[in-house]
Amino acid sequence: MSDLTHLVRDRGVVICCGSGGVGKTTTAAVLALQGARLGRNACVVTIDPAKRLANALGLDRLSDTPSEIDPSRWRTAHSAPGGRLSALMLDTKSTFDNLVVRNAESPEQARRILENTFYRNVSGALGGTQEYMAMEKLHELHDAGGFDLIVVDTPPTRHALDFLDAPRRLTRLLDNRIFRLLMMPTRAYLRVASLAVQTFLRTVSRVVGSEVVEDVIAFFRAFEGMEEGFRARATAVEELLADPDTAFVLVTSPRRDAVEEATYFANRLTDHHQRVEALIVNRVHPPFGDESPDGLRARARELTVHPGADPGAAHRLAVLYENLADFREIAVRERRHLEGLRDRIGPGSVTFVPYLAHDVYDFDALSEVGRALFPN
Amino acid sequence: MREMEVAQFCSTSHVVIVAGKGGVGKTTVTATLAVAAARAGLRVLVVEVEGKSGLPAMFGAPPLAYDEAELEPGVRARFLTPDAALVEYLESHGMRRISRRLVATGALDVVATAVPGMKDILVLGKVKSLSEARDADLIVVDAPAAGHAITFLLSARGLLDAVRVGPIRKQAADVVALLSDPRRCQVMLVTVPEETPVSEAIDTAFAVEDRAGVALGPIVVNGCYQPLPAGVVASPEAIARDADAIGRFVPPREAADLAAAAAFRAERHAIQTEQVERLARRLPLPQIHLPYVFTPDIGRADLDVLADALERGIEAL
Repeated sequence: MSDLTHLVRDRGVVICCGSGGVGKTTTAAVLALQGARLGRNACVVTIDPAKRLANALGLDRLSDTPSEIDPSRWRTAHSAPGGRLSALMLDTKSTFDNLVVRNAESPEQARRILENTFYRNVSGALGGTQEYMAMEKLHELHDAGGFDLIVVDTPPTRHALDFLDAPRRLTRLLDNRIFRLLMMPTRAYLRVASLAVQTFLRTVSRVVGSEVVEDVIAFFRAFEGMEEGFRARATAVEELLADPDTAFVLVTSPRRDAVEEATYFANRLTDHHQRVEALIVNRVHPPFGDESPDGLRARARELTVHPGADPGAAHRLAVLYENLADFREIAVRERRHLEGLRDRIGPGSVTFVPYLAHDVYDFDALSEVGRALFPN
Repeated sequence: MREMEVAQFCSTSHVVIVAGKGGVGKTTVTATLAVAAARAGLRVLVVEVEGKSGLPAMFGAPPLAYDEAELEPGVRARFLTPDAALVEYLESHGMRRISRRLVATGALDVVATAVPGMKDILVLGKVKSLSEARDADLIVVDAPAAGHAITFLLSARGLLDAVRVGPIRKQAADVVALLSDPRRCQVMLVTVPEETPVSEAIDTAFAVEDRAGVALGPIVVNGCYQPLPAGVVASPEAIARDADAIGRFVPPREAADLAAAAAFRAERHAIQTEQVERLARRLPLPQIHLPYVFTPDIGRADLDVLADALERGIEAL
């Protein structure tokens, strides 16, 4: 049984990370699908899936709650009984709104925050917020969703490990020294001390205008009293990420830039004391034998130089040797890149998914990827 | 004269923003355009705006810094960060002290959150001033990945609504003026001939023109497989026949590999053709096709091959 099978059979949370355009969403869907086929109650949290994949998963809009996919669409004769498969397309804004409402001390406080322009900017899928909400949703589903396997896709940013720091994003904002001071003037005894802050604010106002500064101050004041709740929540999310029941799966393609980024992720995860438990490499070209590209090119040249009795036939063969040499070249380089990555991720398993002739947007295609990820 | 066509094309607008979904080869196309323009005698400045870039490696150069570096004669490059752009902007506007404090206290991040798109504006504002300095004949900007490319281009308009006074507003207004003037700026979209990237390119193209008001140049279709020449059949039997005809022996396993690689290529080519045609039907933009380069690591020699194809594409426009 493959390591990936162990992951989707035994773990509670699987997080798929990697750079954009490497098939992370598809991979997440396939892992959840396999979990369901092994009898688990699985849910995949997707972020911005391609339209046709979203349709296949029955996701026609952003949502706050997972919807279950009809078993007749994914169940096979070999599926274990009892499995369920749900999917959700993350709605960053409404997830954030709910978080505020849940943590607010009164409906009035929630309203003041939800209406604040600064808050609307923060919650409107700005850099880092999507990651933050993905982790928030994960925590919520883990706590109360009743699922025994949650697979999370991560947003396709260049800073794709933002989700590790994401839970702290808001609390860090609230902790900012300048803006903590900003909240002080409400307390009369600190008025004097805030003179320097006032000067600073005036200059900030000169750069971006005073309305912006007023919005920010209103936001911080509205948040007063809620920081603790958010801090506790951030800690809880971090604990869930560090839990042994959570597994990180690194998804990449064999292209140099993707491999470099994957290597960077692997190192960052190690810094966070997380381990990459599996590496999935999508879009790997077939090896097409084991001849050296140079040897094949030499044969093509030789056929061109000595075409023999039938130049047409020799030319056709030369073309085919050149073509095979091209593909062998790719195969050799791809494998060389991946060797380096394999060394760096340590004991985790490595699975190759071949380059498919078509895009993945229905259960047949997801099953095809599944056969590559879960042979036997 | 191909160089003249390229020079003429590159002088259509002074700034070319290369945009597309992640993984389609934006950076490769950026480098290719830079090489083609430099070969036509233009002084090119490449601007990278996002994270690590593979661009210098393609030229065999070390990673980029905020300050300009020459990648090769005629091609310079630099990496713009919002923080450095802000400090530079404020300093040149007599706000030296505040700029350092904004960055040092982390207040810039709060302000940037308060003003969505401010970081993009700072970067685009810097591009604008580089363009005005006329220190290069062509500026090529390697834009952030697709979804972000739209935000990147829309940020200036959005910011005009959010900020009513101050130097940042002025900067945003200048950026809008730059982006909406086709003589000064155009967007070159990049895609690959596969289903999802083509669909996303179509959506991005309409969004760029309708919402961001930026002129679109030709769309670059990257990674196109060339078809095998007519008459080359991808079957072990045909290979054996041809080998017989010239008195050679091709071992069956090798014949199988030759056939499999040829069949793979034919299959990819057929899929790509279908997607290229769909793109042409759905998006009324001229296309420039760049060939698939058989290597996962584009190097300087590959850039010349790609620049040749880009030149042919420009000539055919």
